[in-house]
Amino acid sequence: MTSTTTPPSTDVKAGEPQPPRRGRIALLGGQNLSLIGALAAVLVLFGLLNDNYLSWSNLQVIAEAATLTGLLAIVQTVVIICAGLDISVGSQAGVASVVSAMVFTSTGSNAFLGLAAAIGVGLLIGLLNGAVIVYGRVNPTIATLAGLAAYKGLAQLLSDGRAQGYVLNNDLFVFLGRGKIAGLPVMVWILIAVALAVHLLLQYTDIGRNLYAVGGNDTAARLAGIKINKYLIAVYALIGVVAAVAGILLTARTGSGQPVSGSEGLELKAITAAALGGAALKGGKGSIGGTLLAVALLGCLENGLTVQGINTFWQNVAQGALLVAAVVIQQRRSGERAVGLPH
Amino acid sequence: MKPVPPSRTGAGPSSPSSPAGAEAVAVEGLTKRFGAVQALHGVGLAFPAGQVTALMGENGAGKSTLLKILTGDHQPTEGGVRIGGEPVSFASPADARAAGIRIIPQEPEIIPHISVAENVYAGALPRTRGRLLDRAGLRRRVEADLERLGFADVLDPGLLGSRLTPAQRQLVEIMRALTGAPDARLIAFDEPTSSLSDGEVEALFTLIRRLRDQGIAVVYVSHRMQEIFRLADRIAVLRDGELVGVQQSSSTTEGDLVRMMVGRDLSAMFVRQRVATDRLVLDVKNLTTDDVRGVSLQVHAGEVVGLAGLIGAGRSELALALAGDLPVRGGSVTLDGAPLPSGNPSAVIRAGLGLAPEERKAQALFLQQSIRENISLVVLGRLRRFRFVRRAAERDLAREYMQRLRVRAPSFDHEVRKLSGGNQQKVVLARWLARKPKVLILDEPTRGIDVGAKAEIYRIIAGLAADGVAVLVISSELPELLGLADRVVVMQSGRITGELSHHEATEESVLALAMADDIAGPSASGASS
Repeated sequence: MTSTTTPPSTDVKAGEPQPPRRGRIALLGGQNLSLIGALAAVLVLFGLLNDNYLSWSNLQVIAEAATLTGLLAIVQTVVIICAGLDISVGSQAGVASVVSAMVFTSTGSNAFLGLAAAIGVGLLIGLLNGAVIVYGRVNPTIATLAGLAAYKGLAQLLSDGRAQGYVLNNDLFVFLGRGKIAGLPVMVWILIAVALAVHLLLQYTDIGRNLYAVGGNDTAARLAGIKINKYLIAVYALIGVVAAVAGILLTARTGSGQPVSGSEGLELKAITAAALGGAALKGGKGSIGGTLLAVALLGCLENGLTVQGINTFWQNVAQGALLVAAVVIQQRRSGERAVGLPH
Repeated sequence: MKPVPPSRTGAGPSSPSSPAGAEAVAVEGLTKRFGAVQALHGVGLAFPAGQVTALMGENGAGKSTLLKILTGDHQPTEGGVRIGGEPVSFASPADARAAGIRIIPQEPEIIPHISVAENVYAGALPRTRGRLLDRAGLRRRVEADLERLGFADVLDPGLLGSRLTPAQRQLVEIMRALTGAPDARLIAFDEPTSSLSDGEVEALFTLIRRLRDQGIAVVYVSHRMQEIFRLADRIAVLRDGELVGVQQSSSTTEGDLVRMMVGRDLSAMFVRQRVATDRLVLDVKNLTTDDVRGVSLQVHAGEVVGLAGLIGAGRSELALALAGDLPVRGGSVTLDGAPLPSGNPSAVIRAGLGLAPEERKAQALFLQQSIRENISLVVLGRLRRFRFVRRAAERDLAREYMQRLRVRAPSFDHEVRKLSGGNQQKVVLARWLARKPKVLILDEPTRGIDVGAKAEIYRIIAGLAADGVAVLVISSELPELLGLADRVVVMQSGRITGELSHHEATEESVLALAMADDIAGPSASGASS
């Protein structure tokens, strides 16, 4: 449906503003280039320190370990683009992990019911988060901070604080946790599929455009007719579903439902990856490509430090420092004045 | 310093203790430029002690800039301030305060969760020797102040800021101005009566006269003619940043002042064919919101209706209510005969009404995104296949509207924040032109943009009307509104005070309606039902 009032002359493209021919490097963007540089430096450094670091088997270990972070970082990026935040993602994954294993066990080893229940619970939790934020008018950080505590407690209540069930007698769980397709772990394929889907959503659909608009200027988005509430609740619901997938993979990986172990602290990694990947915490900016690069960087760094036998306490310090550094750089770039509390 | 009996209205003799008429504070050759905009141009004006000097002028005439220079908020580009004949320069509001210059802002700045006493002395709270807050001392001091100023009956020093009425909030600001060293030499009131009841206005006037009789130079900024004639000794009129003249209030009339405020040539920028039709498109009946009271107006296809009024008259609130962004309390709106949904911007847009809001950066633009994305946002539904945006179609659309509106930018992938104000406004207009609405509301479409871009915006508006769009333009620039509009509707305090045809509308007639004190009086509008 082209416009009916277009004068014929505008079909001639010459002489008028053209998009610049952007090279591949420009397309990657400065942020991504520095991430690639940092990633290369990490790989070279630990590769020199340890012969085994760059082996195919260790790289697979890195990829598998980074999958859960990756899934949560992808949806974290989406909510940060909308100028929101979700720090309850790790706890959500814990609930889903427990639910998947317990429903599986109590339904006589029905894996599909276990998966469906976990995803259903994830969806409900996401909708609840969204409703509290949008209709309860609770700041997203506070709302999901409450969720962080409450969903963790819920997972512990359901599981009595212990690992629940045993799922590795089931082919589907074994396939999810241990299987490979074309030499790559199934978990990694799931990460790739989710990343691709969210990337297409953000970059090529009107939904994605509207998400960037909501985060970029919510007043303008509202006056341009975007139903902001609908979008925000849908984003939190999406987080719930993807966090549930992460929880299911955690169950499949460890063999049982884990209320806390394996999911605790994932929110910090997810937010760090999104911020490192260039998602502006003020909203309106961010990309899945950048986030995945940051996830890879964090994963390689963590594995390298572990391989070198560096105390995990130091790894926590490193992670916290990275998050702050990423945001400081972001704020410097956007020319924030250092007056009062930042927004 | 003890209570002085209120003097009678007019330029009565002041108390013998003050050197009435002596120049307390004056500005000289005052010029202020903001980038390309000249806000003040060589203004010289004295504020004598013991007199009330009123400052009048249209929106944008330079009143606020003058006040801000007096109080140290802005520094003059040229010229300066004199106190008692000596040139002074203020680097900050604190400097001006230390020189005895105080302002009572239009919107009092009250900290909500602390007491009146703490609000008055915020930033200079008395301390005990142990660096703790000296509560007893503070209380004593404020009670003494209240007694001295005669506010003891109306203001409880323990009351929390959030519980104060508008009048009490203003009293707190006045106390701030009148306490602390040194004593106030000049006090400026910026539209102080806009949120006061009649009784409170009387009390304020009594207080202002008392201050005057104590020898303080009072500056009084207001749009309300009757108040100014009751209170002011002298009236200074600003227009386009220049001082038009200073009149003794006893020897001038309302008509003289209005002529001084406007007298300006209409530019030839507005020549356009009148294409208004009889086909009614937008019909607003008795619309009531929190800020708009029973407004009725009609816009026909091809017609440009101008909405005039002073800042705060409720025009932007009316626009936002029509666009579905502010709740509607009563009345009805139809668009092409069908009821327009309320409280739902997306339904309003689908019904065919667009709004280019007042604050383009805050309310319309996505500054970090490209021109293309900013233009296509409201037509994505038309540009998509399944849910995927057709990139080629989007680029064609962006290119077409950039050309038609002459948006100057290297490419449509340029970030909007890097554009000039005029080009940014064109991007906002391009978005709505692409949507092809039946009604387009433009709120201050030329605010803060240069003359060349203004002329282009006028051309775009004329083009919209020629295409049969019903256009409602809100503008505080009267010449612009008179040049553009087929009909001018005037609002004051949330109501329509009159409607003037293109032939009847002059700056004088519009201003008279916009400043009409007596809202209940006979209205020139025939549309009120």
